[in-house]
Amino acid sequence: MSDMTAVTVPVAEPSPKVETPFQRFRAEFFESKIATVALGVFLIIVLLAVFAPWITPQNPYDLAQVSVMDGRLPPGSEAFDGYTMWLGSDGSGRDLYSAILYGLRISLTVGLASGVIALLIGMAIGLVAAYAGGRIEAIIMRIVDLQLSFPASLVALMMVAALGKGVDKIILALVIAQWAYYARTVRATALVERGKEYVEAAQCLGISRFRIVFRHILPNCMAPLIVVGTVQTASAISLEATLSFLGVGLPQTEPSIGVLIANGFEYMLSGRYWISVFPGLALLFTVVSINLVGDHLRDVLNPRLKK
Amino acid sequence: MTVFIIRRLLQALLVVFMMSVIVFFGVNIVGDPVYMLVSPDADQADIEAAISRLGLDRPIWEQYGLFLKGAAQGDLGNSFIFGEPALKLILHHMPATMELAFSALFLAIVIGIPLGLYAGLYPDSRLSKGIMAASIFGFSLPTFWVGLMLIMLFAVELQWVPATGRGDLGSFLGIQSSIFTLDGLSHIFLPALNLALLKISLAIRLTRAGVREAMGLDYVKYARAKGLSTRRIIFVHVMKNIMIPVVTVMGLEFGSLIGFSVVTETIFAWPGMGKLLIDAILQLDRPVVVAYLMIIVLFFVLINLIVDILYSILDPRVRLQDQGA
Amino acid sequence: MSAVLEVSGLKTHFFTHAGVVKAVDGVDFTVSKGEIMGLVGESGSGKSITGFSIIGLIDAPGRIVEGSIKFNGEEIANAKEERLQSLRGNRISMIFQDPMMTLNPVLRVDTQMIEAILAHESVSKQTAWERSRDALGLVGIPSPEERLRAYPHQLSGGMRQRVAIATAFLNRPDLIIADEPTTALDVTIQAQIIHEAQKLTRQTGTAMIWITHDLAVVAGLAERISVMYAGRIVEQGGIDDVIDRPLHPYTVGLLGSVPTANRRGKRLFQIEGMTPNMLDLPKGCAFGPRCHARTDACGLQPPIEDIDGRSLRCFNPQRAAEAVK
Ligand SMILES: Nc1ncnc2c1ncn2[C@@H]1O[C@H](COP(=O)(O)OP(=O)(O)OP(=O)(O)O)[C@@H](O)[C@H]1O
Ligand code: SF4
Ligand SMILES: [Mg+2]
Repeated sequence: MSDMTAVTVPVAEPSPKVETPFQRFRAEFFESKIATVALGVFLIIVLLAVFAPWITPQNPYDLAQVSVMDGRLPPGSEAFDGYTMWLGSDGSGRDLYSAILYGLRISLTVGLASGVIALLIGMAIGLVAAYAGGRIEAIIMRIVDLQLSFPASLVALMMVAALGKGVDKIILALVIAQWAYYARTVRATALVERGKEYVEAAQCLGISRFRIVFRHILPNCMAPLIVVGTVQTASAISLEATLSFLGVGLPQTEPSIGVLIANGFEYMLSGRYWISVFPGLALLFTVVSINLVGDHLRDVLNPRLKK
Repeated sequence: MTVFIIRRLLQALLVVFMMSVIVFFGVNIVGDPVYMLVSPDADQADIEAAISRLGLDRPIWEQYGLFLKGAAQGDLGNSFIFGEPALKLILHHMPATMELAFSALFLAIVIGIPLGLYAGLYPDSRLSKGIMAASIFGFSLPTFWVGLMLIMLFAVELQWVPATGRGDLGSFLGIQSSIFTLDGLSHIFLPALNLALLKISLAIRLTRAGVREAMGLDYVKYARAKGLSTRRIIFVHVMKNIMIPVVTVMGLEFGSLIGFSVVTETIFAWPGMGKLLIDAILQLDRPVVVAYLMIIVLFFVLINLIVDILYSILDPRVRLQDQGA
Repeated sequence: MSAVLEVSGLKTHFFTHAGVVKAVDGVDFTVSKGEIMGLVGESGSGKSITGFSIIGLIDAPGRIVEGSIKFNGEEIANAKEERLQSLRGNRISMIFQDPMMTLNPVLRVDTQMIEAILAHESVSKQTAWERSRDALGLVGIPSPEERLRAYPHQLSGGMRQRVAIATAFLNRPDLIIADEPTTALDVTIQAQIIHEAQKLTRQTGTAMIWITHDLAVVAGLAERISVMYAGRIVEQGGIDDVIDRPLHPYTVGLLGSVPTANRRGKRLFQIEGMTPNMLDLPKGCAFGPRCHARTDACGLQPPIEDIDGRSLRCFNPQRAAEAVK
């Protein structure tokens, strides 16, 4: 178990002979070609998004740089300003390549932010349940179970219906839709850990429950939380895109990938496929690469499946 | 069995009651109840009239009592947009959604289970590996994007089927549905497939895992030792066992099909309650949103109950426990 | 006495990633009509695989690589699947170790018995049902009609194993392979089951291979005994001969670890060392590393020799016999 906690801890002194847990984890992770490629793709996507302002020909939301005359140009056309629009342009004349990179910034921000916040909140609630035990734990877990019996997409939809549009609101909606998955994960680990001898021994030694939760349960939930976190982040990105596509997520002023796809939808029936398809592919690569990484992380981090 | 059902019904009632508390107090605490229940373009006098008409000046417990009383009589408020009772609107749109969800469930079962069966029986064949790879995609691809691609491919490029809308209705055994006409079928095919995709992947994985587990178990080897035909072993001994988890999970997933139909109905302009919900959200028609929420909760609770009963019918081991109880 | 089964030079190997497991590696024996032969050996010695080879139920990565299995004079090693299927459960039946695991949990007892008849004979369901009922009566099950309607979980372990035995006798087979049928049961039930099985073989003239690692069980049941070690039969002979005067050091060890009445007062003998690794068997005699009678000659593979009407694989049979005294 201790080797999994080390995943999050940087290893200070790499000795030549003894393989540190982190090195072993790294070696095992890169054994899978698919996961390695997926991780590479995801990193490239992140880099593209981060450096968008420096590697795109236009800032698609600076009205001075966008010309309506460039509207709905097919891929490879030349823009009014002279550069080539390799992926074509959208209805209002924005270069799609630029719009996609800027859109990725928003989508990734929303996905990662809601993923991290939901993880922290879910983890905190799970730990509180584990710490408190008894009735409080039972009540918290009843709520978790009840919420998990409804699909996250439906919960998120109801939340945005109540909260309205906007980046902060959609993040809140996603957090509310997803916290329970993390709480359940913590609780599962807590159940396993509490049954173990060292926790019983710790209790006998009169060590405080606080210490048990933070020294024993918390480190051991890290690995499963990382796995759940990856998958849930992918699903948060996909969910945000879905909500934005439905028009109840982000507003036009925050054009995430989902908003771009929605904008292209009306042109699709007239054969101008690129306006929706290219942003769609960007979303696809993002979500699938995160999922593949998460899938493999599960195999590597799950000690039960290890031979 | 009766005891079991009665006990479960009481539990279900409790859940619905709890959810009504959450919905009601959620609406009252998260948002301004006036804003939530009165048309946004009402003026001050209207608002005051509404406040007293809706009893918003009374204590919150009393208000909840009124809400509950109305809900029990099937009154969940009137739609701002249509001026009709919200419940009636939703019930009116329900058949379209149900027929879509049932078609999707049907597709998931008739496509997913045979593919999963094959992948479980011949795990090393190339086709099986292809099936499993495809199912990973089925899991990761966002439903709405797949819907777009389906429209582009089958409706725009190939022009095999119409892209949007519901087709002509037909009638069979007194049930009205678009699946009883050719036009209706051609309309429902794409949305049903779109909605089913995720569940097809799920059915494949469940069936495959079940088959692989069962094939290694002693009872299969024993059945072979009795000289039974492969067909009987697979379709009676193995299937009867794996149908228990498959039916249970797929049944529970029916609820999420109805939830997900929001997306599919929007893309394919399918006139169901999901589309109604999105329109209601966009037009701030809050009574419809609240009514939808209550209906959906009721639905999930009902589905859970039905699946539990189904489970106890399918698995003889559960039945015994129940007799003891 | 005519031979029902003649196995000679049988080799069944498993081709795994880690290497070739020679689970059965050159086994010869003959079972005559109505005879009960005990097949004894420690866990992993290849007893079950021998049994499964006979009824043709060896799955990949395993395969019969050499040898002959003659059943009533017909060669059935690597025979066509249809032929094997028509023999299984019909002319050759098998009873498995764990009665909890071998009956299908979701099928009623009657279904599982009737199908064993209908797989091989075209009789009416009613006839098959009557025969099943009578078979249950024969193995001492009270009120068989009621038991037929039960699901396996509603029966006790001993009851289930009786059902399995009744099923094995349903089609009046020529040979029954019983693979540790009483290991999972407690001692009194074990004795009853053995008694029923013995009675039935006498009545029907069915031959039986009784697989076990419990010498005490075969001592009272079998007429002949074959002792297996690491995929080979190391000693074979009449039950009284072998029990009273074991010649192979391994048999000596096995007997030594059973405290019996006529051995009272003598030191309890233990077989030293670990069970062999089937992937990496020692050179020469596989029992060598654990053998107290070992000499330099044992670096080679001991051949089968016939001594005093029994067959033996050992270079130093006498020394072994000495050591016990
Ligand atoms: N599918 C398989 N793949 C690889 N090796 C196998 C397989 N099945 C059996 N074996 C090997 O064949 C050997 C003989 O197994 P077998 O089941 O016949 O033992 P056994 O004598 O019946 O033991 P037990 O008393 O435990 O039932 C074992 O060493 C086992 O590891
Ligand atoms: S051949 Fe040698 S090693 Fe093998 S059992 Fe006989 S005496 Fe022992
Ligand atoms: Mg065995």
